[in-house]
Amino acid sequence: MAPSFDHLPDPEDDEFDEDELDFSDLRERFEVQLEQGLDTFVVIDGLPEVTEETKPKLIKFLLRKLNAVGRTREDSIFMPIGDDGKSHKFAFVEYSTPAEALAACKSLDGVPLDKKHTLRVNKLTDIDRFGREGRIDEHYTPPKIEEFQEKEHLRSWLADPSGRGRDQFVMYTDDRVRVFWNNEKDPPEPIVDRQHWTESFVQWSPQGTYLTSMHQQGVQLWGGPSWTRQKRFAHPFVNLVDFSPGEKYLTTWSNRPISIPEEGHPALSVDDDGKNYVIWDIETGKPLRSFANIDLPSNANDEAGQPIKRKIVWPAFKWSADDKYVARLTQGTSISVYELPRMNLLDKTTIKIEGVMDFEWAPATPHREGVKTYEQLFCYWTPEIGSNPAKVGLMSIPSKEVVRTLNLFSVTDAKLHWQSEASYLCVKVDRHSKSKKSLATSLEIFRIREKGVPVEVVDSIKDTVINFAWEPKGDRFVIITTAEVVAPTAVPPKTSVSFYCPEKVKGPGVGNFKHIRTYDKKNSNAIYWSPRGRFVIVATVHSQQSFDMEFFDMDFEGEKPESDKDLTANLQLMNTAEHYGVTDIDWDPTGRFVATSASIWKHTMENGYHLYDFKGEQLREEPVEKFKQWLWRPRPPTLLTKEEQKQIRKNLREYSKIFEQEDADRGASADLAVVEHRRRLLEEWMSWRASIEEEVKEERAARGLPLDPLEGIIKKTTEGEDQIIEEIVEEIVEETEEIVP
Amino acid sequence: MRPTLLQGHERALTQIKYNRDGDIIFSTAKDQHICAWFSHNGERLGTYHGHQGAIWTVDVDPTSTMIASGAADNTVRLWDIKTGKCLKVWDFNTAVKRVEFNEDGSKLLAVTEMRMGFLGTIVVLDINLDVEAEQSNEKVMTITCEESKAIVAGWSYLSKYIIAGHEDGTVSQYDAKTGEQLDNVKVHDLDITDLQWAPDRTYFITASKDKTAKLINTRDLEVMKTYVADTPLNSASITPKKDFVILGGGQAAMDVTTTSTRQGKFEARFYHKIFEEEIGRVRGHFGPLNTVAVDPTGKGYASGGEDGYVRVHQFDKGYFDFTYEVERQARQQQQQQQM
Repeated sequence: MAPSFDHLPDPEDDEFDEDELDFSDLRERFEVQLEQGLDTFVVIDGLPEVTEETKPKLIKFLLRKLNAVGRTREDSIFMPIGDDGKSHKFAFVEYSTPAEALAACKSLDGVPLDKKHTLRVNKLTDIDRFGREGRIDEHYTPPKIEEFQEKEHLRSWLADPSGRGRDQFVMYTDDRVRVFWNNEKDPPEPIVDRQHWTESFVQWSPQGTYLTSMHQQGVQLWGGPSWTRQKRFAHPFVNLVDFSPGEKYLTTWSNRPISIPEEGHPALSVDDDGKNYVIWDIETGKPLRSFANIDLPSNANDEAGQPIKRKIVWPAFKWSADDKYVARLTQGTSISVYELPRMNLLDKTTIKIEGVMDFEWAPATPHREGVKTYEQLFCYWTPEIGSNPAKVGLMSIPSKEVVRTLNLFSVTDAKLHWQSEASYLCVKVDRHSKSKKSLATSLEIFRIREKGVPVEVVDSIKDTVINFAWEPKGDRFVIITTAEVVAPTAVPPKTSVSFYCPEKVKGPGVGNFKHIRTYDKKNSNAIYWSPRGRFVIVATVHSQQSFDMEFFDMDFEGEKPESDKDLTANLQLMNTAEHYGVTDIDWDPTGRFVATSASIWKHTMENGYHLYDFKGEQLREEPVEKFKQWLWRPRPPTLLTKEEQKQIRKNLREYSKIFEQEDADRGASADLAVVEHRRRLLEEWMSWRASIEEEVKEERAARGLPLDPLEGIIKKTTEGEDQIIEEIVEEIVEETEEIVP
Repeated sequence: MRPTLLQGHERALTQIKYNRDGDIIFSTAKDQHICAWFSHNGERLGTYHGHQGAIWTVDVDPTSTMIASGAADNTVRLWDIKTGKCLKVWDFNTAVKRVEFNEDGSKLLAVTEMRMGFLGTIVVLDINLDVEAEQSNEKVMTITCEESKAIVAGWSYLSKYIIAGHEDGTVSQYDAKTGEQLDNVKVHDLDITDLQWAPDRTYFITASKDKTAKLINTRDLEVMKTYVADTPLNSASITPKKDFVILGGGQAAMDVTTTSTRQGKFEARFYHKIFEEEIGRVRGHFGPLNTVAVDPTGKGYASGGEDGYVRVHQFDKGYFDFTYEVERQARQQQQQQQM
């Protein structure tokens, strides 16, 4: 039967009296709470003390601030004056609507009035609710102090129990997160193995103290010998996380704006509603401040006419080397520098830099010659605007003084590369010709430590530089260039790899940067310096066709070619290796080993890892299904002084003798164990064979069968069937052709 | 090692067998004829025509008089090796996946497929090794595999047991006289794809899709050794003379097109039989290896691939010279004791 409406009652016929229904329960739930009269009032605390005479001046000053968020008048401000003719340092203010009052609380609370006074703005109803008599206990009850509990040593891993100074790494495969000791050639020694430890990826903190796991509810930090949870940062739907270099603070980011539920949130407050970034104090686990995404109107549109979403820049909040400042770029207009731990804007204003495209903090506290005061530096660049040239600037914080600028022309793009100790800054400038048809790159190298920050230009490069990397703690660099920059195609562009180092000079100081050598016709696209310098891997990653890795030594101990005698490097290709489908290359923090891996995040072919030593000798190779991530555990900076380090380096021979002996002993005992194991296996096998052969023999005898089951039948069938097979072999010794005339 | 490439089949290889003297190789493929080859030079001796479907299996009797074959046309056929004449056809309900002679050639077993409502079975037939004689029609014994179908099966030493490898990764031991199941042990996680014997049939090797091969004791089905590979295995064989095993496999044929040829892992892998360590690999095929077989005299081996080729390898000096230090020592000790 087709559905019909016949059986439905006609709404017209339906008679019922609305008054008869009892709506009281619904009314209670949904009745609009009428604004009460006091909702438009706010209370301002933290005002300076004034007298009747100076009061109007203050009110006038206040009004300017108050009117920024809503409407109020002079006579709506009530500032009680005490018997002694002095004000009580607070005032009542009436706004025209409750919404304005609320806005005032949100935006004016905590705003500094001058150096000594900071406004505290609260709703009158809140003061009434929280501060009314009886709500606060008149008697002081001391807070209960929790018994001190010894925490686990977070750096215990540095003392390798085997005494070999091994490094740890984390491996994330399928849904398992495992941490291992690296055992070089032997299978790594497992330390901890947990299923579903993280939901998207794992990350070490910059000094290796914590292992970060990502969850829908937020971020968790793990550490200590028993891998217990150390901290939790409840940022719902968090996508990315970034630590400050000193592990004091943490930035979390989610592409979903935070929405605080009605019943509240354990860590975040209503003020964080709608924000995307949260900056946390790791020690206390408390949020310091939250920020929303900066949505820049994109000037490009995609095919459907929709503005193309810009890729998020990560990290958006960049940390200074000493954890004291964090800064964010608003592209094209300004850089906002915040001071920690209060997270207030430095000098209460952003730094306006017209057109600013990018900035980068010095990765270490800089030491400029002749500058005694404490400073942090960052560099930034601005493109050509109108007839003004493009600029690269160096700004000193907290003075905000621009200590060096450099004008540049015909700039398409610039990239900022700091050397790890902030001794040099290389600005890679892509320049276009006048016709804008061809590109060329020049390298502008700022020598930060020298007087007046001189700039050296390397402009002998004809091609486009696609990659640049400084030697960590050194003064040499590697670049990869390509003649044509084409859109991504199946065939990767041919690239060249060039090495540079400073010239030898007499006395202290660093000579000019000179080209050492170029290797042509490569596919390489990535540079991986050893964290200790000297060794560098040039590799092709994320490629479908080539997977080669070349291990170079910059201080080869062999003979130096004549042409390089003035250079501070002796370049030598030590080894080449190939790892099919390699996606990631990671040096261990000591620069002894390199892990190369093929992650399922990029492709599904031959996922797994290889392990090499710094010379490029392969130590291990292990295919791992659903391999995702390999990360070496970073190490904190050494506690030894420069002198102590020098001492060790001097006596290295003696130390290495001991270590080599240990290695040899361990190797020998391991070999012995293997041999012993094999011997046992062989003996077991032999004895089993002997017993089973005996058993079968007996059984055959018992059944009256010949020892060889075939003896009988073969005799039967082959009797008299012997044949003589003749084979005629013809061999041509010589062939001659004679022409008879 | 010098491989000889046997190009006679038009489709994927299914099984290769050496005769007892190691001079003739029999091969079957999904095309409809069996080929016989001289192992030392790869010359084709002849073909056996008659089957009407993919041929899954072949076996040669110990005296090299006859071969038996099983095919997707639901028949087992017996052939005279010399003349190529079909001596006998046995009909079954479903395809025949494996045939094997017992150690004196007096009996033949055939493993039938589970399909069209018929359960998988193992059938035993009596064989008369005289080519002139009439072969019996009677199926002497039928073992029905009710739990999981048998894929491969074979005769133990003294024809005492029939050992079968099943689809669910278990291995069964049946009494060869009564057909009674004596034991059933789960040894693999996935299908067992091959089962081959040691020369005296006191132990055997199984290959499985679970990427391992195992060496199993015939008497009590104890797993003695496990060889771990990184690809599904289709075949495994034990080498006489040297304590090695050869494994063959590769990405399943249906998955190959979706992966790079590199990843196929179409290699024959050599492992040390006792130490379970991989010793070497032999490349060459460009499809998965469906079958490997070793010359019973220990001089070479042959592999057949999904690519339709048989590659026959003669072992060279390096192969015979390769020994572990431990083995060398043990041998010296033995010699001393004998003196």
